[in-house]
Amino acid sequence: MRIIGISIAVAGLLASPLAAEPVAPNDVNYEDGVVLASLTGVAGDPVNGRDVFKNRKLGNCLACHVNAEMPEESFHGEVGPELTGVADRWEQQELRAIVANSKMVFDGTIMPAFYQDTGYERPLKDFDGKSILTAQQVEDVIAYLQTLKE
Amino acid sequence: MKAIKLLVSTACFMGMAASTHAEEPATLSIEGQAFTIQASAPAHTENLDEVTSGWIYRTKETRALQLDDFDNPGFVFVDKAIDLWNEVDGSEDKSCASCHENVEDFAGLRTTLPRAEDGELVTMEDLVNECRTEQMGAEPWKYSGGKMTGMTALIGLQSRGMLMNVAIDGEAAAFWEKGKELYYTRVGQLDMSCSNCHEDNYDTMIRADHLSQGQTNGFPTYRLKNAKLNSTHARFKGCMKNIRAQPYKVGGDEFKSLELYIASRGQGLSVETPSVRN
Ligand code: HEC
Ligand code: HEC
Ligand code: HEC
Repeated sequence: MRIIGISIAVAGLLASPLAAEPVAPNDVNYEDGVVLASLTGVAGDPVNGRDVFKNRKLGNCLACHVNAEMPEESFHGEVGPELTGVADRWEQQELRAIVANSKMVFDGTIMPAFYQDTGYERPLKDFDGKSILTAQQVEDVIAYLQTLKE
Repeated sequence: MKAIKLLVSTACFMGMAASTHAEEPATLSIEGQAFTIQASAPAHTENLDEVTSGWIYRTKETRALQLDDFDNPGFVFVDKAIDLWNEVDGSEDKSCASCHENVEDFAGLRTTLPRAEDGELVTMEDLVNECRTEQMGAEPWKYSGGKMTGMTALIGLQSRGMLMNVAIDGEAAAFWEKGKELYYTRVGQLDMSCSNCHEDNYDTMIRADHLSQGQTNGFPTYRLKNAKLNSTHARFKGCMKNIRAQPYKVGGDEFKSLELYIASRGQGLSVETPSVRN
């Protein structure tokens, strides 16, 4: 398992020696509520994005959003709007801005910025200087959101 | 619980949102005594129309545990505190009972705490520990420890049913302002303030939890989650850690100021000590 994982990672590196570093949180370019470019240059994985969405330690999006595509999860929060059919309402580049830093789209929102590693006060030590999600996890969640059509 | 939400939305639908509160079906009565669990918000709580007890938002099963002192697991700890009350400790060979004849004499005290005294904000825990160190020559109890929460529950119980009524003027004003500022300040990696959840979104589900106004009228609170009494500051600490914020010091100035401010937001609600929550 381990060995295979490592060799895949290495192979990935070798296969795309030009693949850029992910865009750092402070370098993300928000323009009128959209982020045009992918944060990683690697296509998002909707299957992993689905896990990030429900995982309490990652996106925990289900804490605040009802999602009809996850009926197997017993508790869906209601703090934000239902995300059922969200791909019909928002384009990929808008979703990227909303997930990376929703405050750039919704003024004063309670929704956390998932790709910010500075600008918040008194973080617990373990989280200091870190973003809630990695750049790839953000891209994965966006890919998953894009499957939510009605 | 759902009843509140259902009622409100039906009423809004029918264009009579203003009359919903009168129809509120949930009532709390313990051993024949009626409790005020919903009241008009005090003038200093600008953003709320009404203040509500956290009891309202718990499940039917959890609410039921508070209806009868025999079912309320918090009373196991209150009973232990009665033993502590009579237990001699410290260099002066005294117990609480040596000087305070009846714990019933503390009726009303809980409604007025925390209070400002000689430039400091004083909580129930401070008063108890002051007696231990100054009057008994005994070690102070741990601020949120089992002996302390038992004793503050026993003393708080003497005010059960009385309305919260802390002073926020005079010497208390500066502490109150500080507490208010903390209440509205976003903290932690999730960058949220107390108000984001307990003011903007109360009566809303956040995953499996029904958000309340985060009131303190029931503390110390017996929680099913950890099967013990929990101090006000321990709860504040838990909420801060959930948003990945470094909590302020338990028993420290920030939490005391926040406690005063939140107590003032519950002005008019009955003391429910010891309440039951999940
Ligand atoms: C603490 C609650 C909270 C969490 C957690 C949360 N959101 Fe949100 N979200 C909101 C709120 C509230 C809004 C509405 C915007 C506003 O504040 O006006 C929103 C809006 C959105 C929207 C726009 C929806 C629409 O139809 O307009 C999307 C998309 C979204 N969130 C995705 C996510 C994703 C993906 C996650 C997890 C990575 C997430 N949210 C986590 C509270 C939350
Ligand atoms: C040696 C006597 C003595 C002992 C023992 C003692 N106290 Fe006190 N206690 C006092 C005095 C004196 C006051 C101040 C009374 C006042 O200001 O009205 C006081 C005040 C208090 C107050 C604040 C009352 C108020 O209205 O502000 C509390 C609560 C209290 N004691 C609890 C306890 C507890 C609990 C114990 C045992 C752990 C205890 N005391 C042990 C003498 C004592
Ligand atoms: C992410 C949302 C969130 C934030 C932010 C938050 N809390 Fe809470 N809090 C909860 C939840 C969930 C509960 C348990 C259900 C309930 O009573 O709302 C709770 C419970 C409480 C309770 C217990 C209420 C009772 O009736 O027993 C208090 C007191 C409280 N919070 C205070 C605070 C304070 C003070 C802050 C700011 C430092 C804060 N909370 C921030 C979610 C939050």
